[in-house]
Amino acid sequence: MTTPTATAATPSPGASSRAKAWALRAPLLPALIFMIVVTQLPFVATLVISLFDWNALYPDDRSFNGFGNFSTVLSDDALRSSVVTTAVLTASVVLISLVLGLAIALLLDRKFRGRGLVRTMMITPFLLVPVAAALMWKHVLYNPEYGLLNGMLVWLGDLLGFTPPQPDWISEMPLPAVAVSLIWQWTPFMTLILLAGLQSRPLEQYEAARLDGADNWQIFRHLTLPHLRRYLELGALLGSIYIVQNFDAVYTITRGGLDTANLPFAIYQEFYQAQEYGVASAAGVLVVIGSLIIAMFALRVVSSLFREEGSRA
Amino acid sequence: MSTTTTPTTATPPAKTPPPARKPATGTPRRPRRVLSAIPAFLAWFAGLVFFLPVAWMVLTSFHAESDAASNPPALTAPLTLDSYREFFSSDGASPWPPLINSLTASLSSTLLVLLLALPAAYALSIRPVKGWRDAMFFFLSTKMLPAIAGLLPLYLFAKNTGLLDNIWLLVLLYTSMNLPIAVWMLQSFLAEVPPSLIEAAQIDGAKLPVILFRVVGPVVAPGIAATSLICFIFSWNEMLFAKVLTGVMAETAPVFLTSFITSQGLFLAQVSAASLAISLPVLAAGFAAQDKLVQGLSLGAVK
Repeated sequence: MTTPTATAATPSPGASSRAKAWALRAPLLPALIFMIVVTQLPFVATLVISLFDWNALYPDDRSFNGFGNFSTVLSDDALRSSVVTTAVLTASVVLISLVLGLAIALLLDRKFRGRGLVRTMMITPFLLVPVAAALMWKHVLYNPEYGLLNGMLVWLGDLLGFTPPQPDWISEMPLPAVAVSLIWQWTPFMTLILLAGLQSRPLEQYEAARLDGADNWQIFRHLTLPHLRRYLELGALLGSIYIVQNFDAVYTITRGGLDTANLPFAIYQEFYQAQEYGVASAAGVLVVIGSLIIAMFALRVVSSLFREEGSRA
Repeated sequence: MSTTTTPTTATPPAKTPPPARKPATGTPRRPRRVLSAIPAFLAWFAGLVFFLPVAWMVLTSFHAESDAASNPPALTAPLTLDSYREFFSSDGASPWPPLINSLTASLSSTLLVLLLALPAAYALSIRPVKGWRDAMFFFLSTKMLPAIAGLLPLYLFAKNTGLLDNIWLLVLLYTSMNLPIAVWMLQSFLAEVPPSLIEAAQIDGAKLPVILFRVVGPVVAPGIAATSLICFIFSWNEMLFAKVLTGVMAETAPVFLTSFITSQGLFLAQVSAASLAISLPVLAAGFAAQDKLVQGLSLGAVK
């Protein structure tokens, strides 16, 4: 770590220390180079393509277009509405699953009979293959004729003696239908992170607070919540990163119809179905810019967690 | 609730707090017991609500199609393996090639990830290079770029080089998808190896390979196992890249599942059986990695 102090002064020790530095660095390089080649180069290519007017159906008409694609994206109603959809979907899923996750983590933090089993049941939604989970919601739960949701309404109607409504969940409330399936998948993730946070609480403080006569709510408000802040932030940011990019649920449950197309789906359609390479790339670049803004915030949060970790060591 | 009645689980110290607490509050015994049962009851309720859809899907998958499609639901209908039998031996599209493709892609990329991530994590933790934090954050930042933004050039590249519908292209992409997670996770596991352990071995004159395999290896083995399982899960679950970059030959299991998207109500049992069969490896891996799952999913930032 302290090698390159005397690099220029004396050539021979400088050279050997440089060699030593490279020897230290060598194990890191394959991974670093691999990541640069596989993730950064395609993005640079996207950047270049976004400047061209290029529809694969008319390959001979490819021409430089400057920022034309960007203004197309920004003035396209469908793409603009997919930005709104992405924001609404991400914000609602992250917030609701975070609140639910906090409540369930608080419940699971206590000792009770069968806690391990309840924890395992809670994790299961997160472990289902995303496409499988989406298929389950679409067919097994939401199906208006055979789905479990309407089946339970019929049960309830028989029990209480009323004629139950049989809504077609997906066509009547498409975006909430997608959101609920995602909340179901992501609440376990939030629960796990917050549970880890709860279990790392400094217990002496709690004893001291109890001796001072603090009640449960005061302890939650002034000790637990501040301690959990970083974990809440981390859950929200990691959740956002994944849900902004969600493709499987939208693709499976609604095929992006009924105003549920989010940005990844809209871009997929633009290039895979409409073959509008230039426009799709411009939309992709805009998504990256949006993500970078979130990411800068995210990295700062992770960095503060990380520094805490480092200082402990 | 558990404190007084059940010494079944390994919680002997839990027996001590109640006597200390009871005189402190001085509330009568019974209402307090009822009150303290409420959180446990709510926890069970939450667990069951979240588990119910999966449980229902399991039940549906073992029902005949006609029973699966009844409303109100037929809870007590006879069970059958028909849907699974039909799924695995279907006349139309066999699920075996996609399952084998998924297995190949997930296992190979997990192996490649370990091959690249282990040395990197070593260089970032045990003998950290200069600027190791920047390197860590570079890895992390690649996770924050939406995958869709690089997909078109990758598609064009694959098309022009004849790599379209080739499982090894997916292996490379899944490796890049999981490498940052693995580097972060393994870094956090390696950082937990006590330096004194390594120093002691060095003083005994042990060479680097010996230190790595005899001293560091055993300590981080559970961490490596958890990292592998998480990489496996993410690769197995991936759908977007596979959908765009594969066709007939290299189709993966999640892409195969998408052929059920438009199937109408009458195939409810088969949709359930297919979804569960394809989720099974991930469920197994996830339950196995349960303890370390959080650390992996939060990139090692949370322990």
